[in-house]
Amino acid sequence: MWDYSEKVKDHFFHPRNVGDIENPDAVGEVGSLACGDALKLMLKVDKSKRIVDAKFKTFGCGSAIASASALTEMVRGKTLDEAAMITDNDIAAYLDGLPEQKMHCSVMGREALEAAIANYKGLTIEKPVDEGIIVCKCFGVTDNKIAHEVREHKLTTIEQVTNFCKAGGGCRSCHPQIQAIIDEVWQKEKEKALVGKGAMPVKKLTNIQKIMMTQETIERVIRPILQADGGDIELIDIDGDRVMVSFRGSCAACSGSKVTLKSTVEAKLRELVADSLIVEEVTA
Amino acid sequence: MKVVYTDNNATTRVAPEVTEAMMPYFAEYYGNPSSMHSFGGQVAKKIDVARQQVAGILGADPSEIVFTSCGTESDNAAILGILRANPHKRHIVTSRVEHPAVYNLCKYLAQNGYHVTELGVDSQGMLNLNELSDAVREDTAIVSIMYANNETGVIFPIEEIGVIVKQKGSILHTDAVQAVGKIPLNLAMSTIDLLTLSGHKLHAPKGIGALFIRKGTACTPFIIGGHQEKNRRGGTENVPAIVGLGKACELAKAYMSDEQTRVKQARDKLESEILKRAPDARVNGHKINRLPNTTNISFEFVEGEAILLLMNEKGICASSGSACTSGSLEPSHVLRAMGVPFTAVHGSIRLSLSRYNTMEEVDYIIEQIPPIIKRLREISPYGKK
Repeated sequence: MWDYSEKVKDHFFHPRNVGDIENPDAVGEVGSLACGDALKLMLKVDKSKRIVDAKFKTFGCGSAIASASALTEMVRGKTLDEAAMITDNDIAAYLDGLPEQKMHCSVMGREALEAAIANYKGLTIEKPVDEGIIVCKCFGVTDNKIAHEVREHKLTTIEQVTNFCKAGGGCRSCHPQIQAIIDEVWQKEKEKALVGKGAMPVKKLTNIQKIMMTQETIERVIRPILQADGGDIELIDIDGDRVMVSFRGSCAACSGSKVTLKSTVEAKLRELVADSLIVEEVTA
Repeated sequence: MKVVYTDNNATTRVAPEVTEAMMPYFAEYYGNPSSMHSFGGQVAKKIDVARQQVAGILGADPSEIVFTSCGTESDNAAILGILRANPHKRHIVTSRVEHPAVYNLCKYLAQNGYHVTELGVDSQGMLNLNELSDAVREDTAIVSIMYANNETGVIFPIEEIGVIVKQKGSILHTDAVQAVGKIPLNLAMSTIDLLTLSGHKLHAPKGIGALFIRKGTACTPFIIGGHQEKNRRGGTENVPAIVGLGKACELAKAYMSDEQTRVKQARDKLESEILKRAPDARVNGHKINRLPNTTNISFEFVEGEAILLLMNEKGICASSGSACTSGSLEPSHVLRAMGVPFTAVHGSIRLSLSRYNTMEEVDYIIEQIPPIIKRLREISPYGKK
């Protein structure tokens, strides 16, 4: 049994604005019978581009019907420009939230609205602003759409992507591609953030720079941390991205030194020198 | 509000006689059946009685019954047990409409070095036996085909399948979770080597199942531990549930003719009246080779979860093969294997009765469902304008 909010139940059991508008000024249609849900949104727009009437028809589950009902209530009285600002999160919030697995119902609402607004402006509405490559063949979801949802809702797992846009919910064969899209989006965001902070753009270090920076980081940052616990560390060698170190003092006998190696030494070197570095312990 | 429970293929009410039989084995006769003292020994004797009762409904010998924790465990124990006992054979034959307990296990095995042949079904949900015959090879360790389908109620000709499997020198396992208690079985005159049954599908509690292993069938234990169940399944016995399962089997045997007459009549009335009153509806699955208690009806242009929610408001419990109720986004693998069109697959509802349902309840459902479908079709953008 889905855990629906009272608001969702209310909009499902008593949907608002069901039906057709005669001679609508805008129509947005998304979804299909094969997908398991579909929404037809019809709008009446006055001369000042204000939505004076909104009606819908939905084929779908409880939350799909509730989302469409909520959407029509939300857009009534708004100008098209105001309506265009409505996001899927707004629809979900209006309903006091949707279960995670049902977030795609609110996405369908936003897409129908986008399609209707594009239709009003005389644009073709077949695929709203999406010319990507189909990644999920079961539900016909493109890479652009997946990347959009990942950014928009800060998604980090395939399961979340499925909840928001259905991609990956069928045969699962596209899971590696979805993971690659998630990774790519966040890699790009990370780079953007670095540039934004005025930090150094990622640049390849020369071997001499790498050795000097590593030496400096160990001296200045890592050694004081270890010495506080009665331990010490020595840089033995650097070969490409392999940094070989040896523990001294209490670290040498400590069973936790393997953890320290990764969580402190490697983490600090990756943060301050280059994030491709791999730290290994050698006996010297 | 009164609850009308028509989801008996999901689980059943524990029969009052079963609860009564179980009660003393919680607080009073709590001994361990493996103990040497007579306080435990009397419990072991009661397990023997339960084993006879379970064997009784199957027409099996009590020594061929192993108690497990559920149907899924029995399925895993059967398939993995046969594979481990025949390590040189790496091929499995199964169907595309199995319960997840077999279906997903076979998928897992296919990813882990086994060859799996999944047999398709026709639009009535029936297997092609020639195809099955061609699929069984020299290295086929096990053929696992369900007795009756949980979603549609379709019954496979398991004895004919068994003849083919025997001719080819392989082993037949059948998941009979939905069949036991609803249709008569006689394993004494059967080609079945292993059979799964589950307590909570026949008015015993959840957490108890059994596996029939025909005498002489080599099957490596799945749960390794103590000597319980003659070394075939380790773990201290779930005594109250075993007692309950025994009682439930005894009752089911007594009520067998009821399933074939009264329950079947109720199902037939339910089905034909709904079809008469709701347009654009169809029954999924073979109408004759079918369990007496199950009907699976698709209503075109509406979605199953929405139907269930509105039925729930009327106190009617049922289930759906729609994507939104499956926990995944894919609609029922059974209906898709049958090629049920997309217009209908999302709007499927399964009603499954038991001997506890009354004709009044059937009449109530017949009255309630057509307006629900009509209401949702008025919201739907598809269908007749």
